[in-house]
Amino acid sequence: MTHHRPRGPRRPIAALGVATASALVLAACAGGGAAEDSATEYSGEYTGPAVELSFWNGFTGGDGPFMEQMVADFNAEHENIEVVSNTQPWGDLYQRMPAALTAGEGPDVAVIHLDQMATFAARNLLTPLDGLADGVGLSADDFTDEVWTAGEFGDARYGIPLDVHSLAMYYNTDHFEQAGITEAPTDEASLMAALDALQEAGFETPFWMPNRWPAHLMNLSLQWQFGGEPYAGDGSAVEFAEEAGIRALEWQRGIVEAGYSPAEVAIDAQYLAFKNGETSITWDGIWQINDLEASGLPYAAAPIPVIGENAAVWANSHNFVIPRQSGADDNTVAAAQVFVAWMSEQSGTWAGSGMIPARQSVRDSGVLDGTAQGIVAEQIDAMRFLPPVPGIGTVQAETLEVAVSEGILGTASPEDAMTAAASDAEKLLEENRAAFGD
Amino acid sequence: MAVVAPKESASPRAAGARIAPARSERSRAARSVAGRQQAPWTPWAFMAPYLVLFGVFVLVPVVLGGWMSLHRWDYTLPNKPFVGLENYRQLFDPTSSSSQVFWGAMQATGIFTVASVPLLLVLPLLVALLMRRSFPGRNLMRAIYFAPYVLGVAVVAVLWRYLLDNNIGVVNQTLGALGLPGDVAWTTSVPAAWVALVGVTVWWTLGFNAVIYLAALQDIPGELYEAARVDGASPWQQFLNVTLPGLRPIFAFIVVITLIASANMFGQSYLMTQGGPGRETRTAIYQITETGLRGFRMGEASAMSYVLTAVLLLASAVVFALLREKKGAGR
Repeated sequence: MTHHRPRGPRRPIAALGVATASALVLAACAGGGAAEDSATEYSGEYTGPAVELSFWNGFTGGDGPFMEQMVADFNAEHENIEVVSNTQPWGDLYQRMPAALTAGEGPDVAVIHLDQMATFAARNLLTPLDGLADGVGLSADDFTDEVWTAGEFGDARYGIPLDVHSLAMYYNTDHFEQAGITEAPTDEASLMAALDALQEAGFETPFWMPNRWPAHLMNLSLQWQFGGEPYAGDGSAVEFAEEAGIRALEWQRGIVEAGYSPAEVAIDAQYLAFKNGETSITWDGIWQINDLEASGLPYAAAPIPVIGENAAVWANSHNFVIPRQSGADDNTVAAAQVFVAWMSEQSGTWAGSGMIPARQSVRDSGVLDGTAQGIVAEQIDAMRFLPPVPGIGTVQAETLEVAVSEGILGTASPEDAMTAAASDAEKLLEENRAAFGD
Repeated sequence: MAVVAPKESASPRAAGARIAPARSERSRAARSVAGRQQAPWTPWAFMAPYLVLFGVFVLVPVVLGGWMSLHRWDYTLPNKPFVGLENYRQLFDPTSSSSQVFWGAMQATGIFTVASVPLLLVLPLLVALLMRRSFPGRNLMRAIYFAPYVLGVAVVAVLWRYLLDNNIGVVNQTLGALGLPGDVAWTTSVPAAWVALVGVTVWWTLGFNAVIYLAALQDIPGELYEAARVDGASPWQQFLNVTLPGLRPIFAFIVVITLIASANMFGQSYLMTQGGPGRETRTAIYQITETGLRGFRMGEASAMSYVLTAVLLLASAVVFALLREKKGAGR
């Protein structure tokens, strides 16, 4: 990482070697003892000796303090369980957790995204939770179909869904007022009319188009809106270079070319510009709500407009998992189940973090009344998820995200960028299928 | 230095010749020292602490890395099939996707190295020459030039990412206010991104090379400058004929460490440009990290590391060959 440091690993081979060697040592240690399936039983409470649970999550945004508070509440209620959370960026968490688990140093309980579930399950890193799901009384009819089935892999359930979170459209209410716009745009015509009105009111670049995060999430949403499907459901084919994907990227590039966005927006700049009142509209995740609240900006949230033929928006879901770990004793696993069950029951409170509770019964209980994300939650049936294919996260990062960036920056035509990326993605998926022994 | 050594070593010998008993005493002591050296494991015992570290962190990884590069290796999966030289063949097969990505990253590494090494050799020398003079506040200035080097790559990169932001950054705003083009996309377009990455790296690490130069400059004997002045040499001639030859021994060292450090650039592009636009500023180490540690394709990543190492060894050998002190040349 460092440049020019005398003490840093000088040769790349040494740098990688250290990592790989430790990985090897870890892998060697992990050989046996990791395969007990004792976690499927769930008794409802934990009465054993005091245990400490290591809880890994990636709530580094406006949602972080909220999770900390819930963990503190849990600890206060449970005398013999002490949950210690370890919060790190999601990308780091997904990189470290497999290594830590194989070394027996991983978390006792964790939150991961729905689109990572298949990857972790295929690596045999998770404990089945069917017993827990039954014990807590979770059933398929309380969840949307995609959220529920994505927690399953093979014949077992590995995830307990906590929330769903999607992309949303944020707009600056002051700007809208000055431009005389009274309602949030809902389709392409009203969005373009709003952008023109904003420009006339003196907001020259009302809709900054990022080329990195969350540009690919916008792209996925638009693909689904145009009737496309980025990957075949079982991961056997890559389809993001077909008409819908190209139209989606062309639309994104079009926002730049029409002058609604400056060219070559740098990383995170669109969000900072929105917070500073330099741009009027931005599409970002609903997890930013608490951050925007704290900033004091006059803003409102709305579902992203329907640009294509169908309402659709990218979404993901936070799921509790209990990792499979050598050396984990029954007490730890039992206590972890109590923690997960408690959190699932408190998912209404979690709505305060800006997220949408995964359970229909909780959503209907009124916890979303008066929240900023309430209006987004009404769109829950339009929410679309990446298919549960092992290794799909890395494939996305290496291919679609690069193509979207090139297309929006204008360094390649949307069609060329998507076509090249799709052919790379095919190869990576094929390698994954071989690796995971499909 | 070497010039003064013979003068000192002459006197004890003369003293020993005059006082015979002392001499035999000394030789007995010398014999017993030689006796202790005969234990064959003594040197190994002294080296053991380092050898353990060297073995665990260099030798074992080198061998294991080589072994891994012959497999399709995902450490979380039990199945790690042996694939022979397949990982290497793919890297040299122009139609494979991993080869295009890898050589693109090697090219990015090359661009960065070629652009940054000359600057990191020349600018620190100028700074060192200035800092050698005595003037009020010299120590403060030395500290200021060295200060950025103390910062970690994360601090440096995040700091400059915001300063260089093309729409909301201070740099473009200042350029604009001065009537210069204020709309350069420093982190999202090439070649501007290269200018930014090289500039930030030079700003960050210039102090390190400057300190090495400064130490070497202070080792050049003042008499040589005095002699040159007596011979009527201008300051420029003094620089060419006294300073540069005096720096020669450490020059090869500075070139090689700068070259290797630049070729290993990762943090700056990872944090400032995320390898963008597209994959343009994704360096070899960046690609190896992505492949091995995020993509879990460690066999492929190890093969990439070996190819990169071979290229770096070759480049270092060329540098040493070019800068080797020829016999009879120099002072």
